[in-house]
Amino acid sequence: MSAFNAIGDDREIDRDEYTPEVEPQPTWCPGCGDFSVLKALKQALPEVGRTPDETLLVTGIGCSGKLSSYLDSYGFHSIHGRSLPVARAAKLANPELQVIAAGGDGDGYGIGGNHFIHSARENHDITYIVFNNEVFGLTKGQTSPTSPKGHKSKTQPSGSAKDPLRPLSLGLNAGASYVARTAAVNPNQAKEILVEAMEHDGFSHVDFLTQCPTWNKDARQYVPYVDVQESDDYDFDVTDRREAADMMYETESALYEGTVLTGRYYVDEERPSYQEEKRAVGELPDEPVAERYFDEDAEWERSYDLLERHT
Amino acid sequence: MTTDELIWRIAGGSGDGIDSTSQNFATALMRSGLDVFTHRHYPSRIRGGHTYVEIRAAGHEVQSRGDGYNFLLALGDSFARNPQDDAYYGNEELKPLSENLDELNEGGVIVYDEGLLDDEDVAEIDLEERAEENGWHVYPVDLRGLAKEHGREVMRNTAGVGITAGLIDMDIEHIEDLMEDAMSGDVLEANLEILREAYGMVDEFDTTHELTVPTGAHDTGQALLSGSNAIAYGAIDAGCRFISGYPMTPWTDVFTILSQNFPDMGGVAEQVEDEIAAAALAVGASHAGAKAMSGSSGGGFALMSEPLGLAEMTETPIVLLESMRAGPSTGMPTKPEQGDLEHVLYTSQGDSSRVVFAPGNVEEAYEQTRLAFEIAYDYQIPTILIYDQKLSGENTNVDVEFFDREPAPDLGSTLTEDELKEAAHDASGKFERFSYDGEDGVSPRSIPGQKGGRFLATGNEHTPSGHISEDADNRVLQMNRRLEKLDVIREELDEGETNQTYVGPDDADYGLITWGSSQGAVFEAVDRMNDAGHSIKAVSVSDMMPLAESELVAFIESVDEAMVIEMNATAQFRGLIQKELGRYGEKLTSLLKYNGNPFEPAEIVESCEIRLDGGAGEPSAQVRIEPAAGD
Repeated sequence: MSAFNAIGDDREIDRDEYTPEVEPQPTWCPGCGDFSVLKALKQALPEVGRTPDETLLVTGIGCSGKLSSYLDSYGFHSIHGRSLPVARAAKLANPELQVIAAGGDGDGYGIGGNHFIHSARENHDITYIVFNNEVFGLTKGQTSPTSPKGHKSKTQPSGSAKDPLRPLSLGLNAGASYVARTAAVNPNQAKEILVEAMEHDGFSHVDFLTQCPTWNKDARQYVPYVDVQESDDYDFDVTDRREAADMMYETESALYEGTVLTGRYYVDEERPSYQEEKRAVGELPDEPVAERYFDEDAEWERSYDLLERHT
Repeated sequence: MTTDELIWRIAGGSGDGIDSTSQNFATALMRSGLDVFTHRHYPSRIRGGHTYVEIRAAGHEVQSRGDGYNFLLALGDSFARNPQDDAYYGNEELKPLSENLDELNEGGVIVYDEGLLDDEDVAEIDLEERAEENGWHVYPVDLRGLAKEHGREVMRNTAGVGITAGLIDMDIEHIEDLMEDAMSGDVLEANLEILREAYGMVDEFDTTHELTVPTGAHDTGQALLSGSNAIAYGAIDAGCRFISGYPMTPWTDVFTILSQNFPDMGGVAEQVEDEIAAAALAVGASHAGAKAMSGSSGGGFALMSEPLGLAEMTETPIVLLESMRAGPSTGMPTKPEQGDLEHVLYTSQGDSSRVVFAPGNVEEAYEQTRLAFEIAYDYQIPTILIYDQKLSGENTNVDVEFFDREPAPDLGSTLTEDELKEAAHDASGKFERFSYDGEDGVSPRSIPGQKGGRFLATGNEHTPSGHISEDADNRVLQMNRRLEKLDVIREELDEGETNQTYVGPDDADYGLITWGSSQGAVFEAVDRMNDAGHSIKAVSVSDMMPLAESELVAFIESVDEAMVIEMNATAQFRGLIQKELGRYGEKLTSLLKYNGNPFEPAEIVESCEIRLDGGAGEPSAQVRIEPAAGD
């Protein structure tokens, strides 16, 4: 369609295209894991074949929310916890866009927890990257939903009495059809997982372990990590929900016992995405809604034709 | 009692088919050439409990529910008979009869279902005595028996309509037509039989009343619609094809209508997890190039506060609806109030840049919905339609031709790819989304997927190219630009066909100011007072933000005193006028009603007369006169 020429632009894409020419000064601290997410994303996007003009990156609030400032695509830096509903709607209005949502553990698993559950349940065809550093960063180090039990912070000075949330298990149980964990310290795996997640047709949830050098000094820097796909110690079927669930449980427990397990945990290629399901029941048009507004020949229904039922 | 109009009330239990029956009867009256206006009273409960619908029908224009009513069809609450219900609600069978008597006018007609309401119970409420005192004409009929004889008990509604038609000497042809449209087979046959038999039974009655159906006057096609219908249709014609929402009374009506129609129109409707998501989805869809809407009622709208602010800061056009019900908190879910005005005007952090319209009747609901989309997309600003449970649910007839207009699916200040090529770009090659050419505050936007239109939208303060910035100069420039849009919008609204509606003689020295759904009752009161020899005029304001300042100044300057009439307890609209105009505290009084029921014209007449007589005395109705400052 002429209105969105960027979509389907079939050409070689240089990863530098995603770097703003006038780069804003990053506000991330030196050594922050967030740099790795940005780098992995810049490497993954050309491999997926999506140009900056056909990519929409929606972020939440916090250090992670700044990601959209440093990637030169279409961007929407939304508000605390709300990246997912904004991203979902953009994808529904124009399913041909590459839509990525990103946020932090406080942003995505705390304030945005409800949206996470329902986006996964509905299996929207978007990629959701959660920067998980087990702490609130930009608000200066408070305990987050993934902080380990006993984590001391200014708001929990005696140590958190709460068990941490289990994001992988939650994503799986809510209905996400792709669930993986990677880490900033493992750039090759991170890139591969992001490529897979973006190519996946359905809700792909990537829990991205990012170290916070400023507020979470006690946290292990996720080294050494184990890639569960590469290790001989772990043998499970990523398409088997039960086996995936067991592995996730082990992974989430191990993180707090000093062992960092990463990799793909659940991949369901069979389940249709929400967009597909919605189209099947006649609730999503074949052509993107957004395109009609630029089509001069489009015919627009009138309420006048609905009046018969009122006369 | 007046005999030139019929105000018919059908009462029963929720779930007894009161709504559909009344809708059909109202349509039949409209088809016979009458103007109709319906008023719904229902509890927050699915089955059982006292509910009624009132239909006012006259050969002249009707703008409100009127005063009281003159024909009661009391069906009995069939769900009150469910033994299970006894445990929770007790015996409510008689309520449709007993609860409605206070508002029945002198000389009114009562038909009640002898088959469902026990004689002993009826005797207990002193019906006979009260009928004699008030000159009521009472006709007990075994509607249930009649329905069972020819069909099923649930068809007693039809029997009641048949008896009504017989008693007011109405042609039943239109009712038969409607039944033929809506039903078929045995059900249709049974209903027609019941209708005709009931209608014929009246010949045997020893009738004593004089009420007959008024004579109709229409010669063009009419459509019977609610405010919710009109808003949904306005949205369709404005090119809206994306709606997201969470169910909440009374906003759900619009959400339902569009959810049912959009699939056939290439649109998208999404029911989501909560109202924060609902409004955020509207923002996301609009950002990606759709004309998008969301909405809710008081408590749900509260959750929309932050996405609303996000739409303001990112200058993403969206339309939000707020159908008010009585508050605070969940308040009275099925009762109207105009208590969320300040909430809608000021909710969300920072200095507002939003536009708020308040339609006062079904036609305005349609037009202002279209206008809300036009302003939103031309100026990249969230616009809000504030209305209430009353306008949501009341049905009135509108000339069919009124809706015969061209759709307006234009995305306003959105660039095409060709236009983007000509737009000024900065060194980064990024489109300068928030640049400013000093014209009207509007900086044209691009849509993701367009070549060469990349930009960052952010809820933080940002530079012309969309980067987060706390630079003082940039802040002032961007803030001024966003706020400047409101001044330009005010000018556009002032120049356009006026949104404010006036009645009464220009030279009247007493004025009434109202907004939203109180309009009809106020206008009717004005007509009545002028007929009675007073000289009174009224204005109904719909441009709430930016407020129609010049028009209000002219109106207030032209009268000795103005009374602001609204359905809330704290005089919110009067407060807005005084805040925005910065004066007139001594010149504005208030008439307030907040008991969950809309104004009736007579209450307004009585209260105005008290003011006109020097302010002595208290209104007899459950309304409150709030004097002017220093009064």
